[in-house]
Amino acid sequence: MKVTVTVNGAEVAAEVEDRMLLVHYLREVAGLTATNIGCDTTSCGACTILLDGESVKSCTVLTAQADGHQVVTAEGLASPDGEMHPVQRAFRAEHGLQCGFCTPGMVLAAVSLLRENPHPTEQDVRSGLEGNLCRCTGYHNIVRAVLAAAGETAAQQTAVGEAAQ
Amino acid sequence: MSILGTRVVRTEDPRLLTAGGTYTDDLRLPELAGAGRITFVRSPMAHARITGIDTSAARKAPGVIAVLTASDLDDVPSAGDNPTAEPLLAAGRVRYVGEAVAIVVTEDSYQGEDAAELVSVDYEPLPAVVTIGDALAGSTLLFDGTGSNLAAAGGDPAPDDAFSGCDVVIERRIVNQRLAPVPLEVRAAAARWADGRLTLWVSTQNAQLARGALAGSLGLPEAAIRVIAPDVGGGFGAKIAAERDSIAVAWAAKRLSRPLRWVETRNENLMGMVHGRAQQHIIKIGGTRDGRIRAYHLDLVQDCGAYPRFGPFLATLTKLMASGVYDIGYAGATFRAVVTTTTPVSAYRGAGRPEATAAIERAVDLFAAEIGMDPVEVRRRNVVPPDAFPYTTQSGAVYDSGDYAAALDKVLAAAGYAGLRAEQARRRERGDPAQLGIGVSCYVEITAGDAPLGETSRLVVDATGAATVYTGSSAHGQGHQTAFAMLVSDELGIPMDRITVIHGDTDAVPKGVGTYASRSLQLGGSAVHQAAVEVKDKARDLAAGMIEASEADLEFDVSRGAWQVRGDPETALTLAAIAERAGPDGLVADVDFRPDSPTFPFGAHVAVVEVDTETGKATLIRHVTVDDAGKVLNPVLAEGQRHGGIAQGVAQALLEEMLYDADGNPLTATLADYSAITATELPSFELIGMETPTTVNPLGVKGIGEAGTIGAAPAVQSAVIDAVAHLGVRHIDMPATPVRVWTAIRECYSEPTSEPGPSDPGERSVQMAPAGPSRVSE
Amino acid sequence: MIPAPFTYQRASSIEEALEMAAEHGEDAKFLAGGHSLLPLMKLRLAQPEVLIDLGPLRDLSYIRDGGDHIAIGALTRHHDLQHSDVLAEAVPLLAHASGQVGDPQIRHRGTIGGSLAHSDPASDLPATILALDATLVARGPSGTRQIAAADFFQGLFETALEPDELLTEIRVPKPAAAGWSFQKFTKRAIDWAIVGVAVQGGSVALVNMAQTPVRAAAVERALVGGASAGEAAAHAAEGTSPADDINATSAYRQHLARVLVTRALQEAAARG
Repeated sequence: MKVTVTVNGAEVAAEVEDRMLLVHYLREVAGLTATNIGCDTTSCGACTILLDGESVKSCTVLTAQADGHQVVTAEGLASPDGEMHPVQRAFRAEHGLQCGFCTPGMVLAAVSLLRENPHPTEQDVRSGLEGNLCRCTGYHNIVRAVLAAAGETAAQQTAVGEAAQ
Repeated sequence: MSILGTRVVRTEDPRLLTAGGTYTDDLRLPELAGAGRITFVRSPMAHARITGIDTSAARKAPGVIAVLTASDLDDVPSAGDNPTAEPLLAAGRVRYVGEAVAIVVTEDSYQGEDAAELVSVDYEPLPAVVTIGDALAGSTLLFDGTGSNLAAAGGDPAPDDAFSGCDVVIERRIVNQRLAPVPLEVRAAAARWADGRLTLWVSTQNAQLARGALAGSLGLPEAAIRVIAPDVGGGFGAKIAAERDSIAVAWAAKRLSRPLRWVETRNENLMGMVHGRAQQHIIKIGGTRDGRIRAYHLDLVQDCGAYPRFGPFLATLTKLMASGVYDIGYAGATFRAVVTTTTPVSAYRGAGRPEATAAIERAVDLFAAEIGMDPVEVRRRNVVPPDAFPYTTQSGAVYDSGDYAAALDKVLAAAGYAGLRAEQARRRERGDPAQLGIGVSCYVEITAGDAPLGETSRLVVDATGAATVYTGSSAHGQGHQTAFAMLVSDELGIPMDRITVIHGDTDAVPKGVGTYASRSLQLGGSAVHQAAVEVKDKARDLAAGMIEASEADLEFDVSRGAWQVRGDPETALTLAAIAERAGPDGLVADVDFRPDSPTFPFGAHVAVVEVDTETGKATLIRHVTVDDAGKVLNPVLAEGQRHGGIAQGVAQALLEEMLYDADGNPLTATLADYSAITATELPSFELIGMETPTTVNPLGVKGIGEAGTIGAAPAVQSAVIDAVAHLGVRHIDMPATPVRVWTAIRECYSEPTSEPGPSDPGERSVQMAPAGPSRVSE
Repeated sequence: MIPAPFTYQRASSIEEALEMAAEHGEDAKFLAGGHSLLPLMKLRLAQPEVLIDLGPLRDLSYIRDGGDHIAIGALTRHHDLQHSDVLAEAVPLLAHASGQVGDPQIRHRGTIGGSLAHSDPASDLPATILALDATLVARGPSGTRQIAAADFFQGLFETALEPDELLTEIRVPKPAAAGWSFQKFTKRAIDWAIVGVAVQGGSVALVNMAQTPVRAAAVERALVGGASAGEAAAHAAEGTSPADDINATSAYRQHLARVLVTRALQEAAARG
């Protein structure tokens, strides 16, 4: 069937098998390989992307279901001038990645988490990332990174709020 | 000021974060354009003869290019007379569920799954040999002509009088359970045969060793093989060199004269990637009531899985490190390694040393409980004292440096040990349903165990002043790009962003060993450091000629990266300028760093768990560690390695186990069933710093990569048992899952039987009369 | 990893969905969030020839106060139930249980209708709506019918729905008794419950203690008879048939049921 998915702001149209998984569409058709596959039981979260702004495991979505919808992958998080997203910056600052394989999915899960809960506790972050496995970091620095990103956003909002007064 | 020892964020990260790494299945190279896709057909039987393979239906399926079986393997060297040789594709017999039987090659991967289902294999079942007990019983042998399932054995039993003079002797059977390494990136490979040369891209920790494995398996000269490790998404020992499925991909590409690529599913990974640990232990410990341990013997059986591979070597490592941090009158180990109809077992983070540590730490705790002494105090009274180094163990390990008592004291202070015991006492007195458990472990481990194999580094400084490091080390998350650049920058004053580190391509780095055994900083880093020193020295020699001064009059200004006449900056010549004079290759140094010996990091962990005694569920609420691996080059990287190691140790203690049923079918072959640890089961860790340098290498560093895992599992296991010890529980095997903890508690209240002693036969505790040992037989 | 080939059809209305279902019968499955069905299809444990995607039916996603009940569209996502102010006020048990399903990513896609129609006794929502005595509304070619939760779950992955019927709404009566509790016992937070308990007032339902969610009828009778939480909970395993598996023995599950029912009743009492 013919599908059109908007990926990182650009329309990607193709003729695909009905059974094509969204994660393969992103990797093979859209040519964006940051989104990774780490399991076959919707367990690991390495394939997490934003679908219409919310974190979703793209291995468990048919491309057909994403037809006409918006997807953001890790490649689409940075600003147009190449500046890293605050969550990406925080992951680097806090050493929240080692081999990097879980990282695109982890970062997008964190982005979605912070959108829904801008001021998470450590426990909120750990629960919020229960669907994302990491084998390298022990999660310690990932949690620090997400909390740091939340703090940075809070600080920015405070600054904006103060500036507006 | 030196950059060494400072916190430097990784240079690897911007690319990994914004574009994602390029892992083997991400490659979109022109050389792989039009590559066919490989799907393996794997055995659903643990043990069977293959009586027929019908590929006719598969060959007619859409997109199928070829279907290959063992009968097509007529162009590779035979196994010769090695009875336990492992084929690339099972020939006539399968020995574990998941063993590769056939290769289906299709245009795309979706077609591959469809076509693989159409390959029809006839199996004649043979009895499965699932447990170590089955293997030792030997009624079914995996390999004809071997006489038994014993792959290796060694060590000497304890001398007859080893345990005499002990007030107390305890003997117990314990298990160090089978684990799955679960790197997030599964196995993947891509291969191309062109112009008489094979190129294999593969998710490996050792490109050069992989090349050697390919050469041997395919009967090719190494010069005809190029191995490239793209970004690798975790290895943990399970991606050492190249294993049979990746080699089979290379063979098929050559066979079909077509580029091919392969990536497995996680289900295949949990059956087809090597497993770890899988040892059974009989620990025997004896000592006197003053807390002194007099004798310790570990008898272990290593389950190798279906093919011996690395299994026997793991057993020798466990034997080598059996006595741990302790100075004991007699300490020894015996081992056997057996084959079973299960996934082969190989190195997994710690590789033989977690097993040794878990065994002796359990033994020490049992001894402490028996004599009624605080297990911390028992440790204090028995660790090797700080003035005893270098310390040679009875197994022949030479511990280079260490201060085990200091590590223990530091971690206890940081944990607030006395306060924890007080809280535990309060909860016990109140009979709270949620009880506190405190577990303490002391460990020492061996890193760069293959030190004499060394590691290579080539360093090139070019006429622009940029530096390129070609290292035999092979990072898969460890941050060598940053660490090695720090070493060069520190020595030569070249800015970090002008230093490139290249690894993992046998054309660019023809000689090297790679990354495992926590060897990379001490061997690879020392090689880089030495290469930088040599470059600096070569530059000085050239500069002397260029400035017309004698070498002795020159000084190196690292802040400018330049040689100058001492005190005369006007004469300064930058490395770039000197490199231009050095010739078209610039300034070059080639180092093969081979120290005499491995190093022995050490530490102590404190784990605090809360056990819900009504359900048996244990929650880790604090984990405090001292992990001393000598000088710390970059605390950011060292902490990251400790965190990751700790998490895997906790996972072994509480959650993970690869399980098989009685027919040899894996029961935990998906990530829904295999309980890989997530963020919600872990607290943030408390890491305490301690640096006891080594003199084995010029950097004074040891290996940190596996230490966290080795220290963590016994501490957490101990904590869970400690939480319910007051209810009578003496031991719980790892993983201490809720049902196991609950069962252990329940057994303390079970109806008395006609036989005395604990209901589980794992332990025998023999009380010795002071006048002399009289053994009570059971 | 890859489902067997199938034909994808997208329904633009409930009527069209029903027509497609009628046309294909047992060869077709409805696709809602897909987070129960697609994982099975990827392992090739389910191989429907036709998938009827209900995704466009946005008007089946709603949470409405219907006076004496809350009406929930079958395609309402777990995430929306978890964060619904209406539900937090009126039926907090369901809001909370919805927040226990899977992980955040799964909750962004999975729907209550999909979960209930899948009828996995280890899932959180079937037992929850059983405890709430909800009514399930199904539409088929011959019209609409209402099915009591007690009649809906008929076996492992089996419901009272006919192949040509679509679950459209779940009606949850506003609870008379305010006390509620949801106890989900797992090894890891992301796991299915080893055993779970949903309590609303004097209604007690069990997760993963049988081939379907079950009401702990003996517990409920004891409570009516004036038993304390602990006394009533002693009956928790009666009438159940919990499995032995890699996570737990049957005996352990029975024990857990007793412990969790005790805790659930105590927590519900504290809330009520």
